[in-house]
Amino acid sequence: MHAPTKRIAAASTQPQRRALREPLWVRVLIRIASLSFLGIFLLLPLVTVFYEALREGFGAYLASFRDAAAWSAIKLTLLAAGISLPLNLVFGLAAAWAIAKFEFWGKNFLITLIDLPFAISPVISGLVFVLLFGAQGWLGPWMSAHDFKVIFAVPGIVLATVFVTFPFVARELIPLMQEQGTEEEQAALSLGANGWQTFWYVTLPNVRWALLYGVILSNARAMGEFGAVAVVSGSIRGKTNTIPLHVEVLYNEYHFVAAFAVASLLALLALVTLVIKTLLERKIQQQMANSTSDFDAEVSNVAVKSPVNAAVPAPHVSLAVWTRGFDFESAVPT
Amino acid sequence: MSLEVQHVSKTFGNYQALRDVNLKIEDGELITLLGPSGSGKTTLLRIMAGLEEPDRNPDTKILFHGEDVATQGVGERQVGFVFQHYALFRHMSVLENVAFGLKVRPRAERPSKSEIHERAMKLLKLVQLDGFAGRYPVQLSGGQRQRVALARALAIEPKVLLLDEPFGALDAKVRQGLRDWLRRLHDEIHVTTVLVTHDQEEALEVADRVVVMNKATVEQVGSPEEVFHHPSSEFVMDFLGRTNVFHARIANGQAWLNDMPLEMPAGMSGKTNAAHIYVRPHELDIERIASGQPALPASVARINPAGAIAKIGLVGTDGAEIQVDLPLERFETLRLKLGETVYVSPRKMRVFAPEPEYAI
Ligand SMILES: Nc1ncnc2c1ncn2[C@@H]1O[C@H](COP(=O)(O)OP(=O)(O)O)[C@@H](O)[C@H]1O
Ligand SMILES: [Mg+2]
Repeated sequence: MHAPTKRIAAASTQPQRRALREPLWVRVLIRIASLSFLGIFLLLPLVTVFYEALREGFGAYLASFRDAAAWSAIKLTLLAAGISLPLNLVFGLAAAWAIAKFEFWGKNFLITLIDLPFAISPVISGLVFVLLFGAQGWLGPWMSAHDFKVIFAVPGIVLATVFVTFPFVARELIPLMQEQGTEEEQAALSLGANGWQTFWYVTLPNVRWALLYGVILSNARAMGEFGAVAVVSGSIRGKTNTIPLHVEVLYNEYHFVAAFAVASLLALLALVTLVIKTLLERKIQQQMANSTSDFDAEVSNVAVKSPVNAAVPAPHVSLAVWTRGFDFESAVPT
Repeated sequence: MSLEVQHVSKTFGNYQALRDVNLKIEDGELITLLGPSGSGKTTLLRIMAGLEEPDRNPDTKILFHGEDVATQGVGERQVGFVFQHYALFRHMSVLENVAFGLKVRPRAERPSKSEIHERAMKLLKLVQLDGFAGRYPVQLSGGQRQRVALARALAIEPKVLLLDEPFGALDAKVRQGLRDWLRRLHDEIHVTTVLVTHDQEEALEVADRVVVMNKATVEQVGSPEEVFHHPSSEFVMDFLGRTNVFHARIANGQAWLNDMPLEMPAGMSGKTNAAHIYVRPHELDIERIASGQPALPASVARINPAGAIAKIGLVGTDGAEIQVDLPLERFETLRLKLGETVYVSPRKMRVFAPEPEYAI
């Protein structure tokens, strides 16, 4: 009985769908082109790293890590990341909070400043630190007088790492915080919460996934950074070499297996980062959807459909946020 | 607790959102702030709550029970504020939302965990959501979110309850239900309440007194009956309900509507030569035959008897539309036909001298 109507409905949508379709050979060509591009530029290098690392067997692979210099590089990398992550977390959160929730003079300047590490070449930022703290630098004489070394030493590496990774957390948080507005904070204050309670119970939980996301990206960059660190480190083997620098040294000395073995650590880090990133993106999209869900007017005593997330259209949220413009007007309550 | 604002002004940049507003709300009263969008209602409410600071002026006062609270922050004032879009804490369950105000109290004043739970549950029962304690705000309908926001605001035992367009985002049926429920709730707990709305029907139905706002100022304050039947200005007349406007001439102490002589209302200065006459649709009567009494001829353009009254659309000789509401019995005895000429006479009218900007 329902069949005829069904057929009509199907028929009426068919031409539309067909009109949106390219011919088969075009579709196949586009797919082959994009897949081979991805394969050559992304997958192949990744596979090569592991292939070269394991070329002489698993024993040789493991032996590469028994080297004291390799260990030192790993430790230094962990140290640099371990220091820069908490700093980024705290300052990124503070900057994002200030930018997204408050109006103040010089806000645009602060945003530009946050972007600076993305805008300039890492090598240049390394050079800036050399100019500042190097033996011939502005602060050089004072520092050598006080027997404090930054350049060609661990502090320089940490500084450079903090500098190049600074934007990640702030950039991740700003759009989400702006989207969420300040009403929940106002509600918390009106209910008697103090500033700290408001931040801890309301602001922070609302951005926790985005915060973690920023930290993960920041970590990947901190551990993988080459340019800025290379300039300030001086590559002193066993002392100021990070993992990427150590890989280069090994490679230049023709220790290919060792070079690729150490590099495989970074490749693994990349894979883990990608997985976590994907999971977090899903969480954040949910959160964004919640913050923009329209208030479905529904007779109040009717049972609510569940799960509700399915009913809420998730706005398309690009997490490549640094290309995204800021909309300050939206933060102004009316 | 009574609430009073004196000489409150607010400018945003160079835009004046409030201009010297004075208002006194008695203890236990339910007041509505009514006005078109942008008239400054939200701003006034936020200033009362302490979410916004009024412009600095030595005469400006915000008095809670006679005590100036200008220096107190929003948390200290102990107001229950319900935001237009509810502003529920999205990552907290309904119960956690309601308990929040108690949870963040300083240790000395904080009730025990079990007592907080008990009180939050009690409030959820009050707003008829005790079955929803574990849900999250996204899992609720608009009307339910609204009630959670209300329970959350009530949890801190507020001295005043401030509601910003609480039913604005809901559909008509839910609105009506919640409105009646809020009125009953207020009669039960008697907390001084200020409710912002741009819906005149809602304002008139729920309030003890209505504050009509327009262009950053208070236009009129009065009981629903007063503002509806005795509007102090054209704006109030126009904003509260449907109305017909006629343009009358004044000559030699006599007002004329077309060729119909009208009684000159007391208080009208003889200086103006024009007047605006406002008549609500239900204050007009229709006759099919000229009775000799002063009346305006008009032709029947629309008839809509679907409702408690019949809505008739007429077109006057000058081409202006005239809306008439007839009781159904009257409509049935008249047997109007589209296109026929009828005679309209006002039973009641209000005459305003046009504001200078409109003067011809
Ligand atoms: N924070 C603000 N910054 C700038 N302008 C504002 C701000 N808040 C309100 N306004 C302006 O003040 C006017 C009155 O706003 P509001 O009090 O929200 O009106 P209502 O609630 O009656 O619609 C509006 O024109 C609005 O744009
Ligand atoms: Mg408003």
